[in-house]
Amino acid sequence: MRLGDAPIGAAFLALAVAVLWHIRDFPPAPGQPYGPALFPGLIAAGLALASVLLMVSAWRPGVQTSEGQAAGGEGDVRAEAPRWLPFITTVGALVGYVALVDRLGFIITAFLMLCSQFAAYRVRPALIVPVAAVSTLLVHAAFYKLLRVPLPWGLLSGWTW
Amino acid sequence: MEALAAAFQMVFSVQTLVVMVLASLFGLFVGAVPGLTATMATALLVPITFFLPPIPAIAAMVTATAMAIFAGDIPGCLVRIPGTPASAAYVDETYRMTVKGHAETALGVSLVFSVIGGLFGTLVLILAAPALAAAALQFSSFEYFWLVLLGLTCAVFVSGDAPLKGMITLFLGLLLGCVGLENPAAHPRFTFDLPDLLSGVSLIPAMIGLFAVSEVLRFSLDANPLAPVSRQVGSVFRGMGAMMRRYPVQTLRGSSLGTVIGALPGAGADMAAWMSYAISRRFSREPEKFGTGHPEGLVEAGAANNSALAGAWIPALVFGIPGDSITAIVIGVLYMKNLNPGPTIFINNPSSIYAVFLLFIIANLLMLPLGWLCIKVAARLLRTPRNLLMPVILLFCVVGAFAINNSPFDLWILVAAGLLGWFLETHGFPIAPAILGMLLGTMLEEHFIRSMIKADGNLIAFVERPIAAGLALLVLVVWGVSAWLGWRRRRAIT
Repeated sequence: MRLGDAPIGAAFLALAVAVLWHIRDFPPAPGQPYGPALFPGLIAAGLALASVLLMVSAWRPGVQTSEGQAAGGEGDVRAEAPRWLPFITTVGALVGYVALVDRLGFIITAFLMLCSQFAAYRVRPALIVPVAAVSTLLVHAAFYKLLRVPLPWGLLSGWTW
Repeated sequence: MEALAAAFQMVFSVQTLVVMVLASLFGLFVGAVPGLTATMATALLVPITFFLPPIPAIAAMVTATAMAIFAGDIPGCLVRIPGTPASAAYVDETYRMTVKGHAETALGVSLVFSVIGGLFGTLVLILAAPALAAAALQFSSFEYFWLVLLGLTCAVFVSGDAPLKGMITLFLGLLLGCVGLENPAAHPRFTFDLPDLLSGVSLIPAMIGLFAVSEVLRFSLDANPLAPVSRQVGSVFRGMGAMMRRYPVQTLRGSSLGTVIGALPGAGADMAAWMSYAISRRFSREPEKFGTGHPEGLVEAGAANNSALAGAWIPALVFGIPGDSITAIVIGVLYMKNLNPGPTIFINNPSSIYAVFLLFIIANLLMLPLGWLCIKVAARLLRTPRNLLMPVILLFCVVGAFAINNSPFDLWILVAAGLLGWFLETHGFPIAPAILGMLLGTMLEEHFIRSMIKADGNLIAFVERPIAAGLALLVLVVWGVSAWLGWRRRRAIT
């Protein structure tokens, strides 16, 4: 699923207008005419202009803006359309980790995050649980023990090591 | 002299050397596995460097990137998939050499000329940076304003073939850089009453998101398995002396162009390789052989992408303006380590600067033995299944982003930046300008406002000093040339 340049340009234009609207009530800097609204205002104006140009170029017939660099000759064997399940699982795992890590703790959340992705990427079922467990414990040892990052324990707080 | 001795002491400590070897292995691995880039290697290293003293931290990043750029050539040569985008320019050439049975020559050329290019770039860095820094001491806010603007302009026009899209991501980055209290009136801008945003959008989680998380997301949509590798590689170094004697001009041209491209903000190793390969073909006496397994372009482009790495450090150290996306991350780390880049660091902290120079030399020399080793185990490395690797990398991203400030809020920044980066990249918007905008936005605003106050709103004052005027002219030239090229391209299409 790819959006055209026109709707993207419209979205950026809306963002620029929202910024310009928002900075109207920034207070001036005391004692001088150049306040905190000046710089974001200039940038938002620039963004608005560039967005309009992008929309115009998308509508002009015959001239296509570049399709983004092809991924460096990364194989032309993409026969099927992109599969969305792995993507959604990945985003879900990421958001789930951030939302749950304080409550469940690092070890449980990271383990679930890895398992769900391995399953979505079609890793052999026999490998999923062991690889996820070992990776989780290794990352935990490296960051919690060695680097002293306070990764949360969550549900396991009674059994810390 | 004292500073040099101190630098030697810092670099040749057990800790630094151990870090360098480990970082080399990490860089070789990341470079050799397709889909992982040198920039990603740097982003993943940041949380680790957080726990190291300054010099080992810099050592880790210098060695890992140098190794990754070289190692990117290996899968290109063996299975026709570039390990990093910087190797994409000549992947067909090296693969053809492998098909003809010259895999060891292709890999040998990659390795040896990577080292030569890297050392050449380092030499230029050593000679140019202190001289530039001496000149930069005279700079006022006007010169800095134009310099930052020039950097941002180059990032938009040099880095991609879609300058309009680059401009949009640049503005987006600049707007993100506006978030927080750091502005003329210390007014909380765009913070939406979230106390976590008062100090701005955390740069490192945003970078890990934009460069590494987006890469994992892209992989999740396009998980194609790797072709199996079963190639024997003979003696890598045989015939390299002859290559050097045969292509001295190409080596020098590739290294110089690479250094210059690297030093230009926004354009890095990938750009250097593409341009050098094209130039090599244009000036070659046997251009018809290009693309059939001919080492000439490989010599030039292989030297170019490694020299670009060192070149990118010139503006990064002297002005705090990154030359590519890797140094954009490095600058963030330098600030974290109280090694604020800028001309004064050459006076206040010369031993650290000498140490950086030494690190570059050692990293490039280390590439010979470790690169050779990597070539030998490449077939095995290439079999690392990416569907096992990518989830673990994502876990690293999450833990790394948290480790910087121990802030759960940074994790949301990571998620948002990852999704944004993935969306922008799939729609042909370059990412590097956004990072540059975020990094340089505060600096640009500060120098702009200060100049406006000094000049009392008189815009003529921006071009009254000679160097400021020269830089302004340069900005105009880049805009003019890019507009003209765009117009010519459009006319050619219609």
